[in-house]
Amino acid sequence: MISLPLSFFEWCEQGRIGTNIRESTWMFPAIEAIHLIGLGFVAGAVLVVDLRLLGLGLFRQPTDQLAEDVEPWLIGSIGLMIVTGSLLFLSEATKCYYSEPFWIKMTCLLLVLIFTFTVRRYVIRTRRDAMHPLLAKIIALISLGLWFGVGWGGRWIGFN
Amino acid sequence: MTSWSIRLHESQYAYPIVESIHVWTLCVFFGLAIVFDLRLLGWVMRRVPVGEVSRRLLPWTVGGFVIMVISGLLLFSAIPVRTYQNIFFRFKMLLLLLAGLNVWIFHSKVYRSVESWGRNAVPPRSARIAGALSLILWIAIIVSGRMIAYNWFDCDRQPQPAWINSLTGCVPSATND
Repeated sequence: MISLPLSFFEWCEQGRIGTNIRESTWMFPAIEAIHLIGLGFVAGAVLVVDLRLLGLGLFRQPTDQLAEDVEPWLIGSIGLMIVTGSLLFLSEATKCYYSEPFWIKMTCLLLVLIFTFTVRRYVIRTRRDAMHPLLAKIIALISLGLWFGVGWGGRWIGFN
Repeated sequence: MTSWSIRLHESQYAYPIVESIHVWTLCVFFGLAIVFDLRLLGWVMRRVPVGEVSRRLLPWTVGGFVIMVISGLLLFSAIPVRTYQNIFFRFKMLLLLLAGLNVWIFHSKVYRSVESWGRNAVPPRSARIAGALSLILWIAIIVSGRMIAYNWFDCDRQPQPAWINSLTGCVPSATND
């Protein structure tokens, strides 16, 4: 797993943005709500393509066309989640440092972002519909599994 | 029912697990509902007929919704009284009712003629309105759902303005025990 020194997290938390969010009663919940809306958009954009790769959902549509259509939404909503997620992080960085789910989440996030925008994207674009069904299923399962890890970790940061 | 409720609320793992399931099924339901709403607005997958999107994704949306409702009922049963008097919970239930109404109107009126407009890149105005309404309502439902956990208007947090107490059904003197 990724590891950074505690001093970095303390520095993050003591910053002005983090302090403002922490001291406000409504800012953390409001940012968290936007983060959750972003999650819905990410989930939709990921699921449409991964279901297709599994041979489910919109299985009559070309995979590369579906992936191309939802990509702006995927990138936009991931961007929104990273911005809101960073703000949430700044307000409670040291709590995150000691939280195991946080580290699991960040590891899965890093892996899924790399996987989505390299392997998954490359295979969908180059193989188009000549993709071996098994390869397609493996790609979808890795993507869904890593996103599951991201969401699971995210939800459990709050239960510590 | 009472002992069930207490056990779920105090369990170290059951409550977080049920809440996680609620969020997972939310991803399936809300995620695919967003895709459909955006298609109705003509903002995504313009080359895929609306009828095809509905036929292929609706079973997943309904499945996600059913598990989401069951897990939501379980969460409610763990903290029933406090949740029932939670202003965000009440607002969420009202919005759910409106979202249901929107689905009903869409399917009984607009969707009936889908064969005639489903292949259009941008669907007719009535379908776009239904999509926009659905998107706005579900976003508001999820925001108010998240706010249930941060109840600034809890009955125990008195004094509150009288109109808040009448909306939440709180009786300040009786709840200060």
